[in-house]
Amino acid sequence: MKPAVTKLACRNIWKVFGPGGERFLRGAAKAPSRDAFTRAGLIVAAEDISLDVIAGQILVIMGLSGSGKSTLVRLMSRLIEPSSGELIFEGKDLRKASEKELIEIRRHKMGMVFQSFALLPHRTVLGNVAFPLEVQGVGKAVHEEKAQEIIRLVGLAGRENCYPRELSGGQQQRVGIARSLISDPHIWFLDEPFSALDPIIRREMQDEFLRLQSEFQKTIVFITHDFEEAIRLADRVAIMKDGRIVQIGTPEELVLAPADDYVRQFTKHVVRAKVVSVRAIMTAPGPDAAYAGSVKATDHIEDIADAVEKAALPFAVQDENGRIIGAVGRRNIVDVLIGREQS
Amino acid sequence: MQRAALSKPLPAAFWLALAALSLSLAFYAKPLGEALSLEWLVDYPKLWIVPIQSQISAAMHWLIDEASFGLFTLREALRFLSGLMEVPMNLAIEGLATGLLSGTGSRAVEIFPPLSWIAVTVIFAATGHYAKGWALAFVQLACFLYLALFGQWHSAMLTLASIAVTLPFGVAVGLALGIACHTWSGFDRFMRPVLDLMQTVPVFAYLVPILFMFGFGPVSAMIATIIYALPPMIHNTTLALKAVPDELREFGTMVGCTPSQMMRKILLPSALSGLMVGVNQVIMSSLNMVIIASMIGAGGLGYDVLFSLRRLDIGAGMEAGLAIVVLAIALDRLSQALATRHPPARKTTSRAFPLNYPRSFLCVAVIAATWIGGNWIEALQTFPEGWQISTRQYWGELVKAINLNFYDQLEAVKLFFLATLLLPVKGFMLGLPWAWVIGLIALGGYKLGGWRLALLGTMLFGFILLTGQWDYAMISLYLCGVSVLLAILIGAPLGILAAEVKGFSRVMRVAVDTLQTLPTFVYLIPVVMLFNSGDFSALIAVTLYAVVPVIRYTAHGLDQVSPNLIEAGKMIGCSKWQILTKIKLPLAAPHMMLGLSQTIMFALSMLVITALVGTRDLGQQVYTALSQADPGLGLIAGLSVAFIAIVTDRFAAVAAKWLTAGG
Repeated sequence: MKPAVTKLACRNIWKVFGPGGERFLRGAAKAPSRDAFTRAGLIVAAEDISLDVIAGQILVIMGLSGSGKSTLVRLMSRLIEPSSGELIFEGKDLRKASEKELIEIRRHKMGMVFQSFALLPHRTVLGNVAFPLEVQGVGKAVHEEKAQEIIRLVGLAGRENCYPRELSGGQQQRVGIARSLISDPHIWFLDEPFSALDPIIRREMQDEFLRLQSEFQKTIVFITHDFEEAIRLADRVAIMKDGRIVQIGTPEELVLAPADDYVRQFTKHVVRAKVVSVRAIMTAPGPDAAYAGSVKATDHIEDIADAVEKAALPFAVQDENGRIIGAVGRRNIVDVLIGREQS
Repeated sequence: MQRAALSKPLPAAFWLALAALSLSLAFYAKPLGEALSLEWLVDYPKLWIVPIQSQISAAMHWLIDEASFGLFTLREALRFLSGLMEVPMNLAIEGLATGLLSGTGSRAVEIFPPLSWIAVTVIFAATGHYAKGWALAFVQLACFLYLALFGQWHSAMLTLASIAVTLPFGVAVGLALGIACHTWSGFDRFMRPVLDLMQTVPVFAYLVPILFMFGFGPVSAMIATIIYALPPMIHNTTLALKAVPDELREFGTMVGCTPSQMMRKILLPSALSGLMVGVNQVIMSSLNMVIIASMIGAGGLGYDVLFSLRRLDIGAGMEAGLAIVVLAIALDRLSQALATRHPPARKTTSRAFPLNYPRSFLCVAVIAATWIGGNWIEALQTFPEGWQISTRQYWGELVKAINLNFYDQLEAVKLFFLATLLLPVKGFMLGLPWAWVIGLIALGGYKLGGWRLALLGTMLFGFILLTGQWDYAMISLYLCGVSVLLAILIGAPLGILAAEVKGFSRVMRVAVDTLQTLPTFVYLIPVVMLFNSGDFSALIAVTLYAVVPVIRYTAHGLDQVSPNLIEAGKMIGCSKWQILTKIKLPLAAPHMMLGLSQTIMFALSMLVITALVGTRDLGQQVYTALSQADPGLGLIAGLSVAFIAIVTDRFAAVAAKWLTAGG
């Protein structure tokens, strides 16, 4: 496993809306209470947010509407100016970047997909996808060729000359995705990209998204209000409520150790077999037990359940190096499926 | 404070008592004032009138005659400017109407002919086809053939030429100012009251200063038209830019657009259909102005109408008026279609060059063919006079017939309205002491909207009083008030019908659309035809014009009531009548209230124009100023109209808020 490299880090990011918000924040010795903000006529959209976006990973920020998740992604890209805190992008403080530097960073290092697609109505698919390169001043021949290639990649070949309104919602968002990838960004922001789509199409787009990610290995910040979507896509999930991050962790950590009742409400209905890995339920290996076979510690229960169920004997659990670190049997799996506390 | 005033409305009895007191004052104030020697409270003494009017006139004279920038005088600068604008103006007139001539008068020799009637018609039909297909092409064809057939071609082309020149100027300046408003909020704050004023000051008012600065002629008319057409363009530009979704802006920022790229590549193209609505309004405003502008030197259809109105030649006026309507319909439909046009998916074309652009090719071919062919066959160049149809004498005879056969009935109707409605209200308004009226405005303003509104109302009406326009303003108020009342009485039921009865709504929409397309002046022609000049004719014209927003806002307000609520009403078991009165009307009320202030605006703008049929109000003052070339009087009377409009608008707005909060 590669060592985790932080691509973008938020350090104590605050966003306060309202007149004199920054002054109020600077004047306070320690973080003021919510009541104090309300009394000053201010609204806190992001409270003391610190998180790391790891290179090559998908960080999903999940929250209900009004939780501040869309504000957070806009703070990360400086579409909204933070009231205080640091934004370290590739080792440099993004908040200290000048307007000109910021334009350069956005042109070459950031890509963003929007909830309602944000396609330019007067341009064809080709024109929309090539737009970022056109803004950069890349020659027409080059950008059209590159656009063609990426349009093919998202499965829209043959639709280059359509206008956005002639496409279905799913196709429009494919255009949005293609457009955000054309300048090969270092970090890819997706703001509820599939929320406006029908459930079946949404599923299809999630698969498409995972396929693209396996190809490109982008660093991704993905916003959603759909917990299922979050655990399906995420390497790590950050759960937001009222402008605060309640918990950050892998889907498994959230399911197994929810930080509070709020998180538990979401994880309660998750199919645990899809999220929980063998490592979490294995028991200590017996001194010289007999095994029906072996599974990996990182396998999800769903993947091994059939095999374990059929065999009378437990399975050996191996780590990355093939060492046996535990055992897993039928009872362990049933425990997970029915949510029984492990005995 | 404001909220306290709103939350505790005075009892109805108080307002009733106030009304009763006003009524008695209107009749007995004069003798009472004389008895108590307080006449100055009743009639504002002439001696106290502040001579702003003559000062403005003097200042204007000084500016034009003496003001100098050192190297050149203001007069020279203006002459230079108007010379500059004359170039495109002449080019358009020559291209469409007169042709390029050498020499003047009857000795003129045509060097280059204007576009032939066939070419113009084909160009418009082809544009129609491009914008919306065959139906619109046919409309364009019919409209332009009408102009040719009924002998209005030459005048119509003069009018078209002035619009063709005004349009790019108006659009470019409006666009630039709109973008500036959008970019700098400070500029927006500055422009907002300026636009308010520009839209409420009647056009006549600024004809006088323009006449002063640029002299009589097409250029002055063009400048007046541009000024008149600017506010809607600016307004639409800022609206359209504001309506661009935030996500598109954010997208632009995220791909690293510079501010200029953002404007050129994202905001303006995304706002295009909104901008085209502005362009459509510029065209319609220009058409609306043609008749008015002909008072300061625009030729064409407007001049024809004005000329015949002055001679009371109803036939000729009707012909030219109808031609304006036809031209208005053609241009309105065309520009609306262009505004809503979606580009079709691009097809890869492999046909030979001209066939790729069949419409452009056709136009060029027709222009060339008629130009060359016109040398031998006159009919290709100008529509032969022998083919033309004149309806002039029919209109004249119709009027004669109506007057012969229905004179008594029409006169009876007119007298009835005059005796029972117009004259009593007029007497009431003129009888009210000025101090009482201003007191009422202050009190009403304070009770409805707080001390700010009271102050605004008092100050603006104070201006009217101090400058000696009081009586004229009262007549304007009375005519406007009665017409608005009538417009509501007629328009509201029609609006309800349009919203409730399916088949009726389409008929109504066409009627309303057409009424709104008609230039204001056109309303006057049939009215004068039937009722001659005077207050009653003005009343009818204003009511006809002001009824449009009433119908529109009523129908729209009812239409936008959520269908869920109506379904809920049905399921509870409401009858149709109950659904209308208990669900739809209360919910539509705020929207209808918005329509009220629009209606008042419409009424006031028409009122000024009815000065031509002999009302004695502020409009007449402006008109007089125009004929006497008195910029001071023109400006003051114009501002007075604007102030009445502003005060009534603000009062209607707070009253609407008050009503909806109470209901």
